[in-house]
Amino acid sequence: MKTIDVDRTLCDNHGQCAIAAPDVFRMNADGELEYEATFDDALLDEVEEAIDVCPVQAIFLKD
Amino acid sequence: MSRRIVIAGASMGGLRAAEQLRAAGWEDEIVVVGDETHPPYNRPPLSKDLLAAPGSREDALAAVQLRQRRTATDIQWRLGCAVTAADLAARTLTLDSGEELVYDGLVIATGLRPRRVPVPGPTAGRHVIRRLEDTLALHGELTSRSKVAVIGAGFIGCEAAATAAALGCKVTLIEGAGGPMERPLGHELSAGIRTFLQTHGIDCVAGKRVTEFLDVPGTYTEGSGRCAGVRLEDGTEVAADVVIEAVGSLPNVEWLAGNGLDLSDGALCNEHLQVLGAEHVVAVGDVARYPDRRAGGPARRVEHWATPADTAKIAAPALVAGLKGDVVPQPAAPMPSFWTDIFKTRIQGVGSPALADTIEVLEGDPSRPWEGTALAYYRDGRLIGAVTAALPADRQLHYRKLVNESGIPAGADLAAV
Ligand SMILES: Cc1cc2nc3c(=O)[nH]c(=O)nc-3n(C[C@H](O)[C@H](O)[C@H](O)COP(=O)(O)OP(=O)(O)OC[C@H]3O[C@@H](n4cnc5c(N)ncnc54)[C@H](O)[C@@H]3O)c2cc1C
Ligand code: SF4
Repeated sequence: MKTIDVDRTLCDNHGQCAIAAPDVFRMNADGELEYEATFDDALLDEVEEAIDVCPVQAIFLKD
Repeated sequence: MSRRIVIAGASMGGLRAAEQLRAAGWEDEIVVVGDETHPPYNRPPLSKDLLAAPGSREDALAAVQLRQRRTATDIQWRLGCAVTAADLAARTLTLDSGEELVYDGLVIATGLRPRRVPVPGPTAGRHVIRRLEDTLALHGELTSRSKVAVIGAGFIGCEAAATAAALGCKVTLIEGAGGPMERPLGHELSAGIRTFLQTHGIDCVAGKRVTEFLDVPGTYTEGSGRCAGVRLEDGTEVAADVVIEAVGSLPNVEWLAGNGLDLSDGALCNEHLQVLGAEHVVAVGDVARYPDRRAGGPARRVEHWATPADTAKIAAPALVAGLKGDVVPQPAAPMPSFWTDIFKTRIQGVGSPALADTIEVLEGDPSRPWEGTALAYYRDGRLIGAVTAALPADRQLHYRKLVNESGIPAGADLAAV
């Protein structure tokens, strides 16, 4: 398992992460981000993509 | 012997290309040559938050610097260094230091520079927004007493106008041909955006070209002094202490001249982002002109933030496969996407709305976009794009899915280039 952290002071609810890694990130009906803080290693590629496409670089991968 | 891929341009396109080359299994040298002295940074804030409050130069850079993937190791960055010429047959680049750099594979990632308004007049007080230094210089001249004229009502012009107005400046937006963001978003939404800008105190001047920059209102003295405003084609004068020129961009391709490439609008590529007429050369980001497979139609450049990542994901594996003598993988058909923020209102788009022949309103009233609206864009009866304004991101994701489902038209794989 791996862990991520989204800096909520940066996150601007763009929703790009939810396109790149729908298993980990989703936008609720209020347009706000919900995400799984831990995820399976098999999803690492997806999550790396999500990190890349976040326009404000709010997503951090932890060791 | 170690082989070398050189990436020309060290912004987002250069960074994403380097990361994707490693992801595609390239273990030999990667050298990124960029003429800016900063490591790659994020440009969208330059006309928005960062223009409003950049802080010190160091704060500003820290706020926008792009993080690099941890897997992208061993990349040589040659910053503050321009490529001045290329000999693609000999596979050598010339740098501004006079040094020659030999490569096995080349990535073109030199992006764009702002077009200037080609009319006579003084230069001091006139600004463009592309680089960090541009934003710092412009911010330094914006005060609550400033009169600001923005020339051009595309994304960057509208954003800069909104940022300046929010700082208390008196802003005139000179639209030129078409209304605010009309080319990418269409007439109806554009008219609504104009109303929105006007409600926030921006004076919008429609459809008039700038013919001259003024020194002192009414008198023009050959090229000297500070800009005091602009004259429009009908003779009207707009007084301004600060002028922002936002009239589009030009691809940085001069260094590629003399190699027989089609450089008429960026570097012309196939759907693998391989540059036509050159071996082991690919292009990424704003400078790449490639077939829009989803929308159909001719190859074009896509000047959005998502483009560097989308194109690098296709170009890097194609370049590595070519160099290793492997089969080039089937390319994805990227879905363009973009956003813009104006007075805290977000407009998001997917697909290629600019290529539509028909527009349909799906939600809300585009003449009042700040209350929430969505539009669908069709070409030859196919859905090719969607735009939302002031709607939560999950609505945008919903429309994105619809555009995605409309797929790739038959024959688009051999898209007309
Ligand atoms: C002010 C502004 C706001 C924006 N806002 C948004 C937005 O809200 N939403 C959105 O979707 N998109 C936005 N964009 C667009 C987005 O930032 C671009 O699409 C993106 O920067 C493209 O990256 P690139 O690496 O292809 O090109 P560039 O960022 O232009 O990078 C090219 C790099 O190559 C360097 N270079 C050029 N010639 C040479 C040479 N001969 N030798 C060496 N180096 C060279 C340049 O100096 C530059 O560093 C905005 C752009 C700007 C300027
Ligand atoms: S992409 Fe970034 S800003 Fe957008 S919702 Fe995800 S974390 Fe937040």
